[in-house]
Amino acid sequence: MRNNKTSYLLHLADNALILSQRLGEWCGHAPILEQDIAITNITLDILGQARYFYQLASRVDKKDKEEDFYAYYRNEREFKNLLLLEQPNGDWSQTLLRQFFYDSYCILLYSELEKSKDKNIAAIASKAIKEVKYHYKYSSEWVIRLGDGTKESNQKLKNSLNYLWDFTGELFEVAEYEKEMIEKGIAPDVSKFKTTWFNNVTEIFNKANIEVPQTTWFQSGGKSGLHTENLGKLLTDLQYMQRTYPNCTW
Amino acid sequence: MENSKNWPLWEIFIRSKRGLSHKHVGSLRASDAQMAIENARDVYTRRQEGISIWVIESKNITASDPGEQDSLFDPSGDKPYRHPTFYKLPDELKNI
Amino acid sequence: MTAKAISQEERFYQLIDKEEKIEPKDWMPEKYRNTMIRQISQHAHSEVVGMLPEGNWISRAPSLRRKAALLAKIQDEAGHGLYLYSAAETLGADREELIEELHIGKAKYSSIFNYPTLSWADIGAIGWLVDGAAIMNQVMLCRTSYGPYSRAMVRICKEESFHQRQGYDILLTLCNGTKEQKEMAQDALNRWWYPSLMMFGPKDDESVHSDYSIKMKIKRFSNDELRQRFVDATVPQAEYLGLKVPDKNLKFNAKTENYSFTEPDWSEFYNVIKGNGPCNKDRIKTRREAFENGKWVRDAAIAYAEKQKQNNKNGKQ
Repeated sequence: MRNNKTSYLLHLADNALILSQRLGEWCGHAPILEQDIAITNITLDILGQARYFYQLASRVDKKDKEEDFYAYYRNEREFKNLLLLEQPNGDWSQTLLRQFFYDSYCILLYSELEKSKDKNIAAIASKAIKEVKYHYKYSSEWVIRLGDGTKESNQKLKNSLNYLWDFTGELFEVAEYEKEMIEKGIAPDVSKFKTTWFNNVTEIFNKANIEVPQTTWFQSGGKSGLHTENLGKLLTDLQYMQRTYPNCTW
Repeated sequence: MENSKNWPLWEIFIRSKRGLSHKHVGSLRASDAQMAIENARDVYTRRQEGISIWVIESKNITASDPGEQDSLFDPSGDKPYRHPTFYKLPDELKNI
Repeated sequence: MTAKAISQEERFYQLIDKEEKIEPKDWMPEKYRNTMIRQISQHAHSEVVGMLPEGNWISRAPSLRRKAALLAKIQDEAGHGLYLYSAAETLGADREELIEELHIGKAKYSSIFNYPTLSWADIGAIGWLVDGAAIMNQVMLCRTSYGPYSRAMVRICKEESFHQRQGYDILLTLCNGTKEQKEMAQDALNRWWYPSLMMFGPKDDESVHSDYSIKMKIKRFSNDELRQRFVDATVPQAEYLGLKVPDKNLKFNAKTENYSFTEPDWSEFYNVIKGNGPCNKDRIKTRREAFENGKWVRDAAIAYAEKQKQNNKNGKQ
């Protein structure tokens, strides 16, 4: 069993890694060169965050493993990322909506983590929050643009919303390993973000001419290692080299 | 589908550090000014090349006509008295 | 002060002779304009299509550090494509039309990108050989006679300096690794060597555009000159890796300080250019799909921008 802090750090790191793995799929395929470059900048920021958290996790874990061990040698059930982040890119609206949901959440999360009693976590968060604020600006603008753009783009955004909404409930669930972190003032209680997050999303959706779904039932499990089928395939790709040629230096 | 409109072209100016003026670095496409600034940030400042960005839609720039180059710029060529080297002062004079 | 008025045309050739740059609004012969548009847009297409073979390994990069470097490199290529399309637009070309020509198979791009990336070592080989060859060309183009092209190249060269190192570093790590890793590196060199030599274009006596480009100072060296420089620079780097250049006739000539080498198979070169390379169809299809799938996104952004403009106008009245 890993200690709770390692698990919590892996949760943060996995969120960033899995999302950046997804975003990286856009490189070379975005709607226009300018946006290809923009989305890859975001990918690089988030991949960078993943690395900081893995590096810290490896120091806390004290198993003498490096960042890549955590990214490449853990199985599906050991990954603790939010289900939302492993969902496929779909079209531009699905990617940007997923991003918007996550960015709105990360602004709250990292602002709190900046005040964490763990100085190392606080340091990573205070670097990341600057990036996240820009990501939020970018993704919220795109959500508004697509929602208030053409009839077609509005419909596509609605379809994406219909698909992704079920995964947003998990953002506010507290995992077992998180409880100790909350008690010790290392991590914020994410369940308290719900109202702020929801109000913010509603505000942007109003500008985007789309409505917040009324569903009250949400998917859950990612934070504790129970994933959708999407993660396994993503990891197959991600881990291919290290699994095929174990223990090599690259 | 009807023929669609392209995103307009914008000229990008970057201030690389405090104390320097904005300098033209190139152009890019964006649907509006706000996006032009963000695209400029992503395209032209990936290596910390800037601290401030100006964008202007290319069609709004008025340029001088290269055909008029001679009449516009040659006349200033025979006015050496505008340059400090025109005035020969004694060497022993300091701070002037 | 009595210099008689000279024609636009004389003025243009004077500028070329004096090594002055030609700028967008200057008068220029149609042939020069068209040559420039063709060359710059081909260059832009090469950057953008060139993202795909490397993009094939983003998801599978074997370490997070390598993944970040690879993403940054491919992103640079998108940037370079953009700088170049912008330079072409200063000549009156339209980016969408140039892209359309690529998508219908009318425009050319560097044929090297029609080869597949089959192993991680290929990412190393592309950085080392393909970027290495490209840099030879691009350093020369920094001095090209058309101002916007030259400025774009200066910027590109500055940014690309890490690309070749990134590639070589990948191979260096493989060559210091296990037997399997080293074999992977050798296999990559075997496959990418001759296509890299082809990147400089056909032999001088068969190159259709070369003469004019040299005369107009668009290009400063011939294809063969650049190819020779590339071989001379690259062979010692291969030796340092402990890899064998796949050329039995490769020989150092101490007198000229050049390597003599086997020419690539030019029939393969022309065949790939014709569209029969292993990946031609796939590359174009991928680019076309990205563009077509992005249409509704671009349209939405424009529609939104227009609505906003309208709202602002109404708000002010």
